[in-house]
Amino acid sequence: MKNVKWVALLLVVLFMFSVAASGCAPKTQSSEKVIKIGFIGPLTGDVKTFGTSTQNAFLLAIKEHNNTVAGYTIQTVIGDDANTATQATAVATKLITQDKVSAIVGSVTSSCTIPISVVCEQYKVPFVTPTATNPKVTMDPDRKTYAFRACFIDPFQGTVGATFAVNNLKAKTAAALYDQGNDYSVGLKDFFSQSFTKLGGQMLDTEAYTKNDTDFSAQLTKIAALKPDVLYLPDYYQKVSLIGKQARDKGIKAVFMGGDGWDSSDLDWATMDGGYFSNHYSADDPSPQVQSWVKDYQTAYGSKPDALGTLAYDATNLVLGGITNAASTDPTKIRDAIQNLKDFQTVTGKISFGADGNPIKSAVILKIDGKNKKSTFAASIKP
Amino acid sequence: MISFIQQIVNGLQLGLVYAVIALGYTMVYGIIKLINFAHGDVFMVGAFTGYFGYTLIKLPWPLALVMAMAVCAIVGVLNERIAYRPLRYAAPIAALISAIGASFFLEYFTSLKFVFGPDYIVIHPPVPDITWIIGGVRITIVQVIILGTVVVFLALLQLLIFKTKMGAAMRTVSFNHDAARLMGVDVDKTISFTFAVGSALAGMGGVLFGFAYPELWTFLGIMTGLKAFIAAVLGGIGIIPGAVLGALIMGQVEIMTAAYISSQARDAVAFAILIIVLLIRPSGILGRNELEKI
Repeated sequence: MKNVKWVALLLVVLFMFSVAASGCAPKTQSSEKVIKIGFIGPLTGDVKTFGTSTQNAFLLAIKEHNNTVAGYTIQTVIGDDANTATQATAVATKLITQDKVSAIVGSVTSSCTIPISVVCEQYKVPFVTPTATNPKVTMDPDRKTYAFRACFIDPFQGTVGATFAVNNLKAKTAAALYDQGNDYSVGLKDFFSQSFTKLGGQMLDTEAYTKNDTDFSAQLTKIAALKPDVLYLPDYYQKVSLIGKQARDKGIKAVFMGGDGWDSSDLDWATMDGGYFSNHYSADDPSPQVQSWVKDYQTAYGSKPDALGTLAYDATNLVLGGITNAASTDPTKIRDAIQNLKDFQTVTGKISFGADGNPIKSAVILKIDGKNKKSTFAASIKP
Repeated sequence: MISFIQQIVNGLQLGLVYAVIALGYTMVYGIIKLINFAHGDVFMVGAFTGYFGYTLIKLPWPLALVMAMAVCAIVGVLNERIAYRPLRYAAPIAALISAIGASFFLEYFTSLKFVFGPDYIVIHPPVPDITWIIGGVRITIVQVIILGTVVVFLALLQLLIFKTKMGAAMRTVSFNHDAARLMGVDVDKTISFTFAVGSALAGMGGVLFGFAYPELWTFLGIMTGLKAFIAAVLGGIGIIPGAVLGALIMGQVEIMTAAYISSQARDAVAFAILIIVLLIRPSGILGRNELEKI
């Protein structure tokens, strides 16, 4: 029993030391000009690999800036939201009220980023999320003035797909088959149809199914009779593979197109061969920005960066760009500077922010190579 | 016109798959007046077993089909032995609830990692990719295989029921258990046999389903099973030709709804049929109207 008491006492003493140490740290550096930038990501929990790759990219971006921006020394504060909304609120509040960060990069999932956007709005601190695609992150229903994102929102992919179909594939007619119960699928389909028609193409048919359907023969027979140039399939990889097979059986020769839901090694490569899908980024994009980023990341971490990491890198650079232009640690000034960034060069393209806090940027189109079971860079499409 | 005929072919394909499942529902109902809700899940087990047969064990597909039928027959018999036989003379609702429990058990047990796993599986059917175009209508080899297999097994089933001693026993038991027992029929054995045959047919349906719609997951039996059940009710539950007729109608109705009304409405129409049949003609198309308390 005595031992236990001693250990407890020791722990208390240690704890006091650590509190004192962390409280003192900023004071010792008070002669230097310091700016604090926060990062929030799911470093533990069900999607912790997302957290790891975004954190790696965040730290790499800061390091490449030699830890300084606009004459300030950067101090990073890392927060873990564990992909739970309540912890996201707590960690965002802590970063802002205790650590007094000037801006935040994060978080990864929409379910965590939406609560963070509420906290940031309340304390007037800007944040840039790398990957949260839900429209409510920046608008709910009015513009959350301190919220920005580095990725495009889902429906934008529909617009990009239509642009590629009309301009690059010279498609004149298209049909779409979508999951009527899935917001992602419906959003992509709506924007694809709208843009395709606006660009002078003709939507011959739009057919629906539900999540657990396995028989698409009726819809596909209808589409086969219309002979469209392009068949748009905005769903996830396993459904798309199934539809693709049945479509070919029904004699549909159209080029298959889709969105980032296709991005999986489990795609039925042979069936989807020659198809195209839109994505945030491709590691084989020949642009110098992408190639130097892939090289830097590989040198630092020994693997190719994924889309999440790349977007986190971009989000961090957007924050740093805002701070450079604001030349201040005042969060409101940084917020205005981020909003006013024009054609800011990032890995995934030149970014300007719309009034809704969403970036106006280009997307990449990847082509399915069925023989080698991979997707290759086909084009970069500007909105 | 070509596209209309193509839609009829599509409907036939779907209807034939429903038919083999509906047969199991109707046979079991005919003999013990139980709606075996686990039947759709036995169908799912068949689809997976067949898939593992021609991928993992690398059997030729007809052997994989036989293997799936055998495994399903065993699953069906075990299901009856464990979940239904102890409740045979209890209130009918008890067996029905037990059937729902058996259904959930099969779904969730098979979705464990060491059984079939929780993921969707995209399969590559082990048959060559051949499509014939006859007057503009496309017919795939899978459709021919489905038609051939189903017709052969329906003929065998008819022979079994009307030409064999076991078939006579099945027909006897379906009239009255006690009378059958007095005539020297082993009721338990006959019921087990009925489950084995019905489940084997479901297993065959599962393998063929995998060829036609090559995506599997462990909850696949729910919707397909329900549609087949509606087909059995439509044709007149307990009547074997009724199950086939109902299934063929269901297949056409679903496809035609999706093709000419709205692809969003096909499930709604399928379930509307169930409600309408139960309201207007509960005994089904081929059923005789007789009073019965369920």
